[in-house]
Amino acid sequence: MRRSTSVPILAILLLAPVTAWAADQTVTIDNFTFAPKELTVAAGTKVTWINRDDIPHTIVSSDGPRSFKSPPLDTDDKFSMTFDRPGIYHYFCSIHPMMTATVTVR
Amino acid sequence: MSHKPEFPSRRRVLRCAAWTGAGVLWVVAGGMPRSALIGSAAAAEMAASELTFVQISDSHIGFNKPANPDATGTFKELLGRIAAMNPRPAFMLHTGDVSHLSRDAEWDTAQQLIAETGIEKHLIPGEHDMLVDNGRPFFARFAPKAQSGGWYSFDQGGIHFVALINVANLQPGGEGALGAAQLEWLEDDLKNRSASQPIVVTTHIPLWQVYPQWGWGTSDGAQALAYLRRFGSVTVLNGHIHQLLQKVEGTVAFHTGLSTAFPQPAPGAAPSPGPMKVEPGRLRELLGISTVHYVKGREPLAIVDQSLGA
Ligand SMILES: [Cu+2]
Repeated sequence: MRRSTSVPILAILLLAPVTAWAADQTVTIDNFTFAPKELTVAAGTKVTWINRDDIPHTIVSSDGPRSFKSPPLDTDDKFSMTFDRPGIYHYFCSIHPMMTATVTVR
Repeated sequence: MSHKPEFPSRRRVLRCAAWTGAGVLWVVAGGMPRSALIGSAAAAEMAASELTFVQISDSHIGFNKPANPDATGTFKELLGRIAAMNPRPAFMLHTGDVSHLSRDAEWDTAQQLIAETGIEKHLIPGEHDMLVDNGRPFFARFAPKAQSGGWYSFDQGGIHFVALINVANLQPGGEGALGAAQLEWLEDDLKNRSASQPIVVTTHIPLWQVYPQWGWGTSDGAQALAYLRRFGSVTVLNGHIHQLLQKVEGTVAFHTGLSTAFPQPAPGAAPSPGPMKVEPGRLRELLGISTVHYVKGREPLAIVDQSLGA
């Protein structure tokens, strides 16, 4: 994809003092494991999960009531969410509940 | 923990270890279940059975990955085996994961193929059938008369059948769970029954701790078993782990059936419990169904596991 170079440069300058860079982040699922299991991001970061197993998984908030819930992700399906508010977000796979992980938003 | 079972009819069960047709009969000997290959003869024993029914499990309609690109095809073939059984089974118990992704089209296919056998059926969901609206579409379609949580019981041929749900509201870090409301119902359901009545329980996830590291167990399963222990013959049939496994604890026999779709690794034998990839020639040996025979006064129930490759 072609895009103007001026906008990203401006973004870099504005965000330079912030340690956590709000670039998109990816969490992969292989062998019934979220990786990274603990992800720390800046507020405003978009996190995308990709299921690389040949069995479906879900991304579901561990809080009750569930504050987020993906549809079942089949092989190679993705699910994205932007984390705007700082906090520690625990989540799990509701199909295989031993799969747990966290996103920490600074 | 295993206890020494006292099955007065054990020798008789061993003697009947020769059903017609190829298959594996699980027999209980010295507290340890053993499998015996079935040869020929003894059709008379089968005919003498008061009640014959079938366990079928984990059809995962919609699954199309290695090692089985056609889970519908293998399900259909195994249903064909059931339809051709002689004597005709009274019904089939499906122990869950009918669909792979809780899609209507997957359930439509399964429902139609089951209906074509003309054999009665009783189903419970697996976690793959619970992906939409807490399983409501599954219960509406396959268990409309169940309690609000999806569990139910019925009597047939002298046996009391109890269908339990341990795949609802799974909690982070946890395994299968029945929940307080269901346990209370179970206690009540069993309360006034004679201890001599055989009980058959179906669950999707194993009721005992097969392998907690992979979530292969039911966290409050021990409470359910406490209500079942006073009965002289309890058979617990489950699916979920896509492999044969049998264990006996006192008068309770646990039997895990094969999937009709794909095999899974033995506990801890792979990095994860995902579908096991096997050579195409081996797949059929690892898919199958189980036939359960009940002869009055001859507990425990005889279970014959039959693979598609047999
Ligand atoms: Cu999962």
